[in-house]
Amino acid sequence: MALVLNEDEVMMRDMAQGFFAEKAPVKALRDLRDSRDETGFDRGLWSEMAAQGFAGIVIPEEHGGVDMGYLAAGLVAEQMGRNLTASPFLSTAILAATALKHGTADQQSEWLPKIASGEAVIALALDEGVKHNPRGVSTTAEPSGNGFKLNGAKAMVVDGHVADVLIVAARTSGEPGDADGLSLFLVDPKTDGISTERTIMVDSRNAARIDLDDVEVAGDALLGTLDGGMDVLDAVLTAGRGIAAAELLGAGAQAFEDTVAYIKERKQFGAIIGEFQALQHRSSHLYSEVEIARSAVIGALTALDDGDEKAPLYCAMAKAKLGSVAKLASQEGVQMHGGVGMTDEYDIGLFMKRIRVLQELMGDAHFHMNEFALSNQY
Amino acid sequence: MSDLDTFRMDARAWLEANCPDEMRTPMKGDKDACWGGRNFTFQSDAQKLWLERMVAQGWTVPTWPKEYGGAGLSRKEEIVLLQEMKRINARNPLSSFGIWMLGPALLKFGTDEQKAEHLPPIARGEIRWCQGYSEPGAGSDLASLKTKAEDKGDHYIVNGQKVWTSYADQADWIFCLVRTDNTGKKHHGISFVLFDMASEGVEARPIKLISGRSPFCETFLSDVKVLKKNLVGEEHKGWSIAKYLLTHEREMIGNQEGVTRPLHEIAVGTLGLEDGKLADPMLRAKVAEAEIDEWAFNLTMKRKLAEAKAGASLGADSSMLKYYGTELNKRKFELMMDAAGHEGLEWESERSNDGKMARSWLRTKGNSIEGGTSEVQLNIISKHILQLPGA
Repeated sequence: MALVLNEDEVMMRDMAQGFFAEKAPVKALRDLRDSRDETGFDRGLWSEMAAQGFAGIVIPEEHGGVDMGYLAAGLVAEQMGRNLTASPFLSTAILAATALKHGTADQQSEWLPKIASGEAVIALALDEGVKHNPRGVSTTAEPSGNGFKLNGAKAMVVDGHVADVLIVAARTSGEPGDADGLSLFLVDPKTDGISTERTIMVDSRNAARIDLDDVEVAGDALLGTLDGGMDVLDAVLTAGRGIAAAELLGAGAQAFEDTVAYIKERKQFGAIIGEFQALQHRSSHLYSEVEIARSAVIGALTALDDGDEKAPLYCAMAKAKLGSVAKLASQEGVQMHGGVGMTDEYDIGLFMKRIRVLQELMGDAHFHMNEFALSNQY
Repeated sequence: MSDLDTFRMDARAWLEANCPDEMRTPMKGDKDACWGGRNFTFQSDAQKLWLERMVAQGWTVPTWPKEYGGAGLSRKEEIVLLQEMKRINARNPLSSFGIWMLGPALLKFGTDEQKAEHLPPIARGEIRWCQGYSEPGAGSDLASLKTKAEDKGDHYIVNGQKVWTSYADQADWIFCLVRTDNTGKKHHGISFVLFDMASEGVEARPIKLISGRSPFCETFLSDVKVLKKNLVGEEHKGWSIAKYLLTHEREMIGNQEGVTRPLHEIAVGTLGLEDGKLADPMLRAKVAEAEIDEWAFNLTMKRKLAEAKAGASLGADSSMLKYYGTELNKRKFELMMDAAGHEGLEWESERSNDGKMARSWLRTKGNSIEGGTSEVQLNIISKHILQLPGA
């Protein structure tokens, strides 16, 4: 396994670094928040990201993508994490694109080019309870005419309020708690029976609560096989966890670097506070954790690109590790900033908020530690 | 077939034909290791034969030049050789501070004469070396060392005391830091010298540790004569060699394999499962967390070494690896003791393999002290990587 970036990957990272620092720095998120922007991200920026190839980064060239793989996608996500960039990258370019790669030829040719070009925003409607629990889905899809009728309630649907299409996970057989019996459906959010509530989250980004009340969809709305939705979901969540881990790496590393820069400036007791060993040792510990975490992200995404059968486990492990490390970076960051760390003016609090949301998405550290233990038979 | 594949096939065939069966079983402990040297008694004919055969191949030091007893292999070939040895569970033929520490320093800083004199006996396992660094008053603050070497023309007269000298009571020669000048800053005036432990005025006394074992000694030096031809590098400038070696040592300590069986297997073995989960749910979470950290740490070792090979210097990151690796190892052994319950507390029985678990657990406590404490590693990261003021 190559753990050192190759030339193409270094180029992608450098390009993403320059792009996001210039086009979508932290201030852009503040502007979206303060203007109470209805979309929650900048559609112009998303088009520019698509033009750079970011929207089609895991989409095959035949469908208009650049097909650079998940490690490259992680390098982009890392830079978005560093800049707290708001965009539908995770929902659309990663989760939806990965799901649609398992679709029929028609589904692929209809939607993948629109994702790659930045025209379509697609949201995954999976979670229902207060915690991530894919097997726990209780939303139902019953046969109805030539298609299905969906009933249930979804939450934490990232970008759900502006999506052109929803990918809805529903139960076509079995009971909540069963891995079998789930199916995925492509659903137009304007269909009768769907009500959407935009929920502005702590990180000033969007998720939605979506109620499905006798929502009729055609038979060809099925994505993947009937009752076999978990196979597609596994692939989707593996990619999503790996990329969320990469974004956490960026956010955690930036929070850490901002903090080190701050303790090199701030003076108290007649000294620069970075001279105090109490802060030096905590900073050095954090440096170590961030470096260890970086390896987890690179290792997991490389395994995913290599088709390693353990990639789902590695992506889950990376998500667990990054959830913990980025959280530590933000907590230490606020503490070491002292009073100004509690103010809205300084960015460190914004990092803490985004990290809190990212570590919750698609399973927190506890969820993945439990899954890791189960997969090792303990 | 690439050259590397050819090498792999050749190495595999040679190992199959030449590694004695007894040397393909796991070592039960330190006592099964072959250390070589004048005082060493081979544990078996197989151990002796295995060493002799590997020496003849140059494979005790595969990457060293042939003229010094090596095989002149590339790093990639060495990795293949190690993989092939692991494949048949071949034991390491020779454990040696000469190979791990002094050798690399001599190859980098030694004269041709010094290399020719000292490297081949190391490669052949004939001379066993120990390291004379720490002193009673110079532990974490190593550069404050005081052992004095007086200039007497063609030789020095050395007086002082060293401590934590690994296996000094069994070693043949020592590589030692001495002070040749005390007029400047503390890092200046340190010299790196070599001498025979059989020299007059050298006395090594074992130190009994909390594990009950005595791998370390106090070493007393009284008017020991050291010839100037045994000064490595420039006089007064031994600190740069010491630092180079410490970096090596840190990578080694950070990378040493602690628990060989996965932690969760040990815990399942002692505690059992309930509903498919480890019976102690609190311990289960900590075990999972430690195993995930271990995976990420092992990837980091690989990544940093790969980056170093690609041209970037490992530099102060060796401190990060040493710090994290040793703290993680201590954490794992604490969890293992938690899982083992009273069985892990036995000290002397046959059943407990002479208290192996408890003794190993106690030994790990030294990992974050030797080779620079965790706190010193954090200082180094603060200074050289984070560039914090006053660090």
